[in-house]
Amino acid sequence: MVLALAKARPVWQIMFSTHHTDVGLLYLVFSLLAMFIGGAMAIALRVELFAPGIQLIEDSMSYNRLFTAHGTTMIFLFLLPSASAVGNYLVPIMVRYKDMAYPKLNAIAFWMIPPAAALVWLGMADFGWYANPPYSVISAPAPAAEMWIFGLKVLGVSSILSSVNFVVTILKCKHPDMSLGKVPLLAWSFLSSSIIVLAAMPTFAAALLMLLTDRLGATGFFNPAMGGDPIAYQHLFWFTFHPEVYVLVIPAIGMMYEIIPRFSRRPIFSHSSGVAAFVILSLVAFASWAHHMYATGMSFTEKTVFMIGTLAAVPASAMHVFNFLATMWNGRIKFATPMMWAVGGIALFFAAGAGGVVNSAMPLDFITHDSYWVVGHFHLFVFGTIAFGTIGFVYYLFPYITGRMYSEKWGIVHFILAFVGACITFFTQHILGLFGMPRRIYDYPEIDSWISMNALISVGAMIILVGMVIFLANMIYSTAKGKPANMEDPFGLGGKYYYPYAQRNPHH
Amino acid sequence: MAHSNWAEWIYVAVVIALLTYVGAEAWNIENLIEHVPEDAEVIKVTAQQWFWSFEHEDGTKEVGELHLKKDHAYKFEIESKDVNHNFNIHEYVVLLDAVPGQINTVWFSPNEAGEFDIQCREYCGLIHYNMRATLIVEDVK
Repeated sequence: MVLALAKARPVWQIMFSTHHTDVGLLYLVFSLLAMFIGGAMAIALRVELFAPGIQLIEDSMSYNRLFTAHGTTMIFLFLLPSASAVGNYLVPIMVRYKDMAYPKLNAIAFWMIPPAAALVWLGMADFGWYANPPYSVISAPAPAAEMWIFGLKVLGVSSILSSVNFVVTILKCKHPDMSLGKVPLLAWSFLSSSIIVLAAMPTFAAALLMLLTDRLGATGFFNPAMGGDPIAYQHLFWFTFHPEVYVLVIPAIGMMYEIIPRFSRRPIFSHSSGVAAFVILSLVAFASWAHHMYATGMSFTEKTVFMIGTLAAVPASAMHVFNFLATMWNGRIKFATPMMWAVGGIALFFAAGAGGVVNSAMPLDFITHDSYWVVGHFHLFVFGTIAFGTIGFVYYLFPYITGRMYSEKWGIVHFILAFVGACITFFTQHILGLFGMPRRIYDYPEIDSWISMNALISVGAMIILVGMVIFLANMIYSTAKGKPANMEDPFGLGGKYYYPYAQRNPHH
Repeated sequence: MAHSNWAEWIYVAVVIALLTYVGAEAWNIENLIEHVPEDAEVIKVTAQQWFWSFEHEDGTKEVGELHLKKDHAYKFEIESKDVNHNFNIHEYVVLLDAVPGQINTVWFSPNEAGEFDIQCREYCGLIHYNMRATLIVEDVK
């Protein structure tokens, strides 16, 4: 298990390795790098919005390019690869197999990501992470748009390859003595999310090709001037990317299923309920895509269908929350850093879910649609829930990766700053949305409530920034100079609940 | 399994009951507000990068400003000449996409005189942030 950075190996050995923990480390380092790049972009956006008028960014085109790159980076280059990092480390060990099913394919899937990232970052497209036509067809500047399309194409293939690998590893390579019902919930989460990717991603792959040929003028799928329908793109896009939200959140919940029982020193309340909730979530993920499109002029019937489909996802999510709370109930909880991140993530998951019910109720959506409410809502999910679970898990894996212990004190300071910052930033964004501020705007008129709330949101973002700088310093310092971890029980929980260290796959 | 799961079943039942209530209320209210009054006057709204123009039933055209009468019902027929926009009068919860090649309709009836902001709420490019107009509701007896 341990990558043993203490025992120095040349970098190229890790880069050209196909061993699952090496590929996992590559995923992890790359995704954290992307998180800091995407975070820097977010800070630039928040500085610009701190007050009306020009603060930092000279023109609206640069601002539009930045928010597009921020969203694309965080979703495709931070959250997806960071989940793959965790899956690479633990899934083979959890199903008791020597590696991923296809180690070379695994390495290829990772190495497709950096070139795709280069396309996205060098191109800097300006149409938002959803590339909405006809804007993206007739108005978005080249070659940025083409580079974004190719980058996303490569990322889509990469995520299909890694999903195939997870599905085969879990279903075909698990130890013969281990029934599917006994597979740990973290591995179950990767099985669910990988199957969603396989079902959802081809649709977006098709939409991207159609977008590209539209831009070349060869076709007019989404261009009304050529008889096309821009709404068709939105259906294709959201058919992939609403399920994609579950692809992101399900592994984060899986990580919480790993952390919560260990730090509560109790077995999980109900393994079967967790499995059932994962299966239900992967099915209902496909029943709600058009709730992003109420305002496109959908009929009353369509809106009703997608409202029901959306509400159907809530009970399964609520089952996870119940499972976490019931596990912690009467547990001897140790609030070490990973546990604090997991518990904070669950709290914000609940808040995000409650806000989501508001969006899905048809009349209320027309208040919140395309306003800062939506920005606050999905950031509670992607940052408050998914990134919280992931960062908690990075702390949790840290001793296993490096053989050293991070600074517990600074880990907790990081958590507190991120949690307080997230509450200030994203709850205020909800309220700002209720006051009518549209999303994706470079500047705003001098409305008193907007000015004060934007300033507050920017302050919240700065608090998160301070936490993240502490995180970076803690990781770098502790990797080089941290105290050697007690590998039998790094968090002092009593070794009973630990298995990752005891099992490791030899390098090949 | 040693323990029973009755608590979880009750919890899930409560969640489903709450969601059913929210869904039913939403259905009810949406049904009510989508019913357009028959005497509603039609206003044609045209969105293009990056301004709004309006045409009244009597043929009067306005750009960047829309003059309406208090306590009258109006039905907006919204279309776009180039890319997607979103016609939004936040104070009156009027919000609908302007999509090229299709006409979307939404209605409202202003019950307060004064000036209100009209803005674009769907990203539409360079000047999206300043694609604004003013709704002026006049108190005409």
